[in-house]
Amino acid sequence: MSACWPILHMTVNGEDRAVQAPPMKRLLDVLREDLRLTGTKEGCGEGECGSCSVRMNGELVNSCLVPVLQAEGACIQTVEGLAANGELHPLQQAFLHCGGAQCGICTPGMLMAAAQLLAVNPHPSLAEIREGLAGNLCRCTGFMRIFESVVFTTANSAEDSANRGAAQAALAR
Amino acid sequence: MRGNPEAHELIAPGSLAAVLELLSSAPGEWTPIAGGTELMVAHAAGQLRSHKLVSLWGILDLRFIETGPGSIAIGAGTTFSDLRAHAGVAAHLPLLAKAACLIGSIANQSRATLGGNLVNGSPAADSSPALLVYDAEIEMVSVRGRRRIPYAAFHTQYKRNAMAADELLYAIHLPLRFAHHRQYLRKVGTRRAMAVSKVALAATALVTGGVVNEIRLAAASLAAFPTRLYQTEAALLGQPMTPDAIQAARNALVAEVQPIDDIRSTAAYRRRVAANLLEEFLIGLSSEETPQ
Repeated sequence: MSACWPILHMTVNGEDRAVQAPPMKRLLDVLREDLRLTGTKEGCGEGECGSCSVRMNGELVNSCLVPVLQAEGACIQTVEGLAANGELHPLQQAFLHCGGAQCGICTPGMLMAAAQLLAVNPHPSLAEIREGLAGNLCRCTGFMRIFESVVFTTANSAEDSANRGAAQAALAR
Repeated sequence: MRGNPEAHELIAPGSLAAVLELLSSAPGEWTPIAGGTELMVAHAAGQLRSHKLVSLWGILDLRFIETGPGSIAIGAGTTFSDLRAHAGVAAHLPLLAKAACLIGSIANQSRATLGGNLVNGSPAADSSPALLVYDAEIEMVSVRGRRRIPYAAFHTQYKRNAMAADELLYAIHLPLRFAHHRQYLRKVGTRRAMAVSKVALAATALVTGGVVNEIRLAAASLAAFPTRLYQTEAALLGQPMTPDAIQAARNALVAEVQPIDDIRSTAAYRRRVAANLLEEFLIGLSSEETPQ
């Protein structure tokens, strides 16, 4: 039967990959099972929790809701694609520094949602950070540290330290 | 019980014409799937009844926003992220822009389409109240041609609509004649993101000479499908915004809506909150004349 499945091509973390899979197989399962990229986690499996968030063609998606056929030809970035040249991504460094990860299951999704947010809005307000991460649930309820990690990332990359002070003051309220 | 991907066929013909041919060749046999934010949830739960699915994702003929002189046309495959990012929608259709921000989360908005929201036909659909108070029209397409109907006539009963088995929702047309109307949309859910609404109310109104000259009200989660509240509108037409008139409108709304008790809320709560939302809008109306 598997011989019938189409061969689908996509770019995953900058590399061309081909998979042979049932068209309705979830992108999440293709990433984890076929491509062995197990950094992307499954939480609810119904698009509510954001644990499986990845970036697809520059947009954030829940990979549990994407049939892999619809990812044909797409550029996918998973949490494994954040670090570059052996260096953690600034967001990953900030999550470590600020204690943004506890049990860790939401962390890959939080990182991808945060990466998406900063890609479209490099200097988000706290309200914008909350909205950008609103589709991602942390079962440890460590939301404040997670928001702080994003603020820390933007503050460290910001030219103006005033932004950092304002953002951190906003967090303190 | 999780769905088995091998139990479902999914094909991507890649063009609108090819999809319409397929729907015409076997009416009712193929279920269109766009961003999958509804059907893939059913699939995950092992409750996806359709065994043959045809993908609309990536068909650019369905993903457009065209601003004309007197209207905006939105392709059914336009995502809520597209709507959020469009300056013309923000400027001319602020309630639709707001609805796009209220639906799901960023990851849902990037996949969920306006057409999918309407065809799915949830009583709680987030885009519906805004479209109803903007007098939206629905354009459907099949190999037989195109036709347009008022959106208010699209939903016929719970999760049923006016489309034939070989038709696809093509576009949503919005007339741009509400610039001077006072506009309102509020969704009440369990939390700000990701919540299915317990109740939502949208309104557009013109107040001139101290009385309501024109008004449209529409609600989600207050009946078997999103609906205009014609009787409540009638109770308000020609009225000044006095406490008595507001109370009469509350009474009309409570009598008109048909909410149910379900896992998200109760009928009594929905009635009460819907009346409160209406009052909030009407008090705003009474505070000043509609700017001319």
